[in-house]
Amino acid sequence: MLNEKKNKTNLYIALGLLVILYVFLILLDNVLPQNNFVLMLVPVLKKSAIYSVVCVSMNLLNGFTGLFSLGQAGFMMLGGYAYAIFSIPHEQHAAVYQYFDGGAIQFSIPEALQNVLGDFGGAFVGSIICIIIGGLVAAGVAALIGIPVLRLKSDYLAIATLGFAEILRAVFQWDGLGRVTNGSNLLRKYTSFSAMKIGNFKIGTLFPFLIATICVIIIVLLINSSYGRAFKAIRDDEIAAEAMGINLFKHKMLAFVISSFFSGVGGALLAMYQTTIQAAPFKSAMTYEILLIVVIGGIGSISGSCIAAFLYIACNEWWLRFLDSGQFFGLSVPFFRDGFRKVVFSIVIMVIVLFFSRGIMGDKELSFTGLINKIKARKEKKGEVA
Amino acid sequence: MIKSNVILSIKDLKVNYGGIEAVKGISFDVNEGEIVTLIGANGAGKSSTLRSISGLVKPSGGTIEFSGDLISDKDPTTIVQRGVTMSPEGRKIFPDLTVEENLRVGAYTRNDDLTEDMNWVYELFPRLKERSWQEGGTLSGGEQQMLAVGRALMAKPKLLMLDEPSLGLAPLVVKDIFEIIKTINKNGVTVLLVEQNANMALKVADRAYVLETGRITKTGTGAELLADEAIKEAYLGKQK
Repeated sequence: MLNEKKNKTNLYIALGLLVILYVFLILLDNVLPQNNFVLMLVPVLKKSAIYSVVCVSMNLLNGFTGLFSLGQAGFMMLGGYAYAIFSIPHEQHAAVYQYFDGGAIQFSIPEALQNVLGDFGGAFVGSIICIIIGGLVAAGVAALIGIPVLRLKSDYLAIATLGFAEILRAVFQWDGLGRVTNGSNLLRKYTSFSAMKIGNFKIGTLFPFLIATICVIIIVLLINSSYGRAFKAIRDDEIAAEAMGINLFKHKMLAFVISSFFSGVGGALLAMYQTTIQAAPFKSAMTYEILLIVVIGGIGSISGSCIAAFLYIACNEWWLRFLDSGQFFGLSVPFFRDGFRKVVFSIVIMVIVLFFSRGIMGDKELSFTGLINKIKARKEKKGEVA
Repeated sequence: MIKSNVILSIKDLKVNYGGIEAVKGISFDVNEGEIVTLIGANGAGKSSTLRSISGLVKPSGGTIEFSGDLISDKDPTTIVQRGVTMSPEGRKIFPDLTVEENLRVGAYTRNDDLTEDMNWVYELFPRLKERSWQEGGTLSGGEQQMLAVGRALMAKPKLLMLDEPSLGLAPLVVKDIFEIIKTINKNGVTVLLVEQNANMALKVADRAYVLETGRITKTGTGAELLADEAIKEAYLGKQK
């Protein structure tokens, strides 16, 4: 009973904060002055929302089901490409696929819908459909790869998934598929976040957060369902789980396909964010980056992954930038030059992994009531001392 | 002894692990409502027998019939659904799930309401109810064993198989566990018990089979085997 009440309070606080966040994001796009601070904050927020989806999807597999898979970048690439391919406007095909006779696919879902639903409606609904297609393509490929790969365990599974992701990347850069993937050239001109506006009212920053919220909520519901319990049971003890009648292969496959679906969605959002997409950056380094965020946030903690995604992106793209500028408080510092940020960042990460090996949240979730109780307890303690 | 319905019938069961024959063709029956125990030393093939009944290991020969249906070719999920569950050796509870979640996983193959069975398990093991929000890994050894038995009961089994429930537990706790096994049996669940603690097992069992290096060497009622000189010497620690 007490727990139910706590859960409800937590839910209300979370909903309240979410609404405040959404309002803030709308203000950020429309009202607040576009100074340097805002110009840095907006992309960091967008990218961290996208990375949250991908990290939570990786956590579903690595943290909750105990399957150590390293194919995330590959599935993101599939999602991103599927999104881009189906949303390039018709008249842009000739320009984008200039080396491949205008490409094989000659329609655009957002464009087709824009003719019916108007500029915003078409872009909004169309891109959501394309994002879902991106997720489905990633999930479909995961289902195929899963049949041989999920029979492997621990390190071998990681090696096999990593290999598949690299093979996919090579295939996507192959000229033979150029009429679809544009070979190793960029895909561009497709619907991006900047198309998300009604007249002058922009929701380009809100959009990735809306999708991310939906994805994270779905994953949380899944983890708390009986399927989620089965996943955790498999992680804790495969033999006991099997003895309880849980079909190991079926459930591992389910986790793998669902995780890949959301990686695909994340990839589609990343494509929207970047406004261009190309296979080259979806290397294993990107998977390691995501794995690092999951570890920093805490393996087995959804809120941890989201918090870590924001902190990681903010440090990497913004807060540690001054280390590359050659100056510190107006003084010129010789070794503060390009790339020094990465050195400091690596040290920070090493410290985290060495001294906080369970990550920010461990395997616990952020609980607002717990936080309030902690603050109260601390105040009382202070009161006693005084 | 009253002749009752055979619920589990095993004929010429053989189990291989990579060329090593752990079970070398054993046959035995379990009647409905009985407690039957398999006793024997380490490596006698007791656990392998249970694992092959629950489908975790495919037998290399012989047949296993449950309620008249062949189950030796079925997967573990189907076997649990038919009403055969196992509490594995070494407890193997899920350490990061709460006690209640552990019990819910035990009922994974069921779609109906769990309240009644959950209450029954909590009635059998009041300690689990007190700790229903605690993570399984934080329980003591005895509590974990209770949880393992309770978890297996959540599938509403007709036949409950227990693999060494007394392993590594204090004598007093062992006594409690065996009392509960009797209670469970009185509630209509047939029990197949595998034990090294032959003394306790024979006391609660209606019938017993002695396994030695993959073969059944002796059979009889629990009381008969308790009185058997050879058994006393080999398993009950009687001095010559």
